[in-house]
Amino acid sequence: MAQTIPLSWYLAISALLFAMGALGVLIRRNPLIIFMSVELMLNSANLAFVAFARSFGVLTGQIFVFFVMTVSAAEVAVGLALIIIIFRNKHSIDVDLMNSLKG
Amino acid sequence: MNLTLILFIVLAVVAVASAAGLLVSRNTVYAALFLVLNFATVAVFYLLLGAPFIALAQVTIYAGAIMVLFLFVIMLLGSEKLPRGQVLPWQRPMAIILVAILLAEAGLLLFQRLKLTATLANPEASLNTTESLRTLGMLLFNQYLLPFEVTSVLLLVAMVGVIVLTKKEKGEPG
Repeated sequence: MAQTIPLSWYLAISALLFAMGALGVLIRRNPLIIFMSVELMLNSANLAFVAFARSFGVLTGQIFVFFVMTVSAAEVAVGLALIIIIFRNKHSIDVDLMNSLKG
Repeated sequence: MNLTLILFIVLAVVAVASAAGLLVSRNTVYAALFLVLNFATVAVFYLLLGAPFIALAQVTIYAGAIMVLFLFVIMLLGSEKLPRGQVLPWQRPMAIILVAILLAEAGLLLFQRLKLTATLANPEASLNTTESLRTLGMLLFNQYLLPFEVTSVLLLVAMVGVIVLTKKEKGEPG
């Protein structure tokens, strides 16, 4: 029943979600939304991994998705901590204000 | 037109619409909730693809833990809305053009390299059973044991790093 959906449809959805995530990173100025767009891009890559894993009939793709999830969890924790520190120093999180290395 | 196809199309529409909602919403909380919806639909995609473990991990890790962290930080910072400031005038059109090029490239590769009608291989592999979970676990803890352990070290390092980063120094004001 599930075989009626071609692999390329899943890849198309994945590419579309990735492009929307990239668009979000490029046009938004709220670092939290930029971060969410990065998560969207990681998620679309995961979808492509699982689709390929199913297509080739191996489980390696799913293992890799598991690792991607773990790494993105670590990345979110560190990134949000950085945003909190920037907010403490500048009292705003607008990315346009993050233009100097000196705190 | 069978049930799976209808389900796929509905899910695809919901996924793309929620991603668009994430892009356009002014309020960060709404954006986070749109992202939760998107993660949930992708989890159902995983179920359709016969990956129940990944689907549930998606719900618990992404839609659960990560988004709770996001909402927590949004409410902690009180940054639901940012004031509209001046933006670079060419930023938006430039971004849209670049993303259109990316999409066109992806579409071109997709249409050239893959036959559109190529169906997913061995649909009868019954990946949806507990047997697949057992296979996944055996693979993870035999062949991929070292990456698994490295991942745990990575999580530990991230945790220690976050605590060190956000801890206030002694005598530091506010």
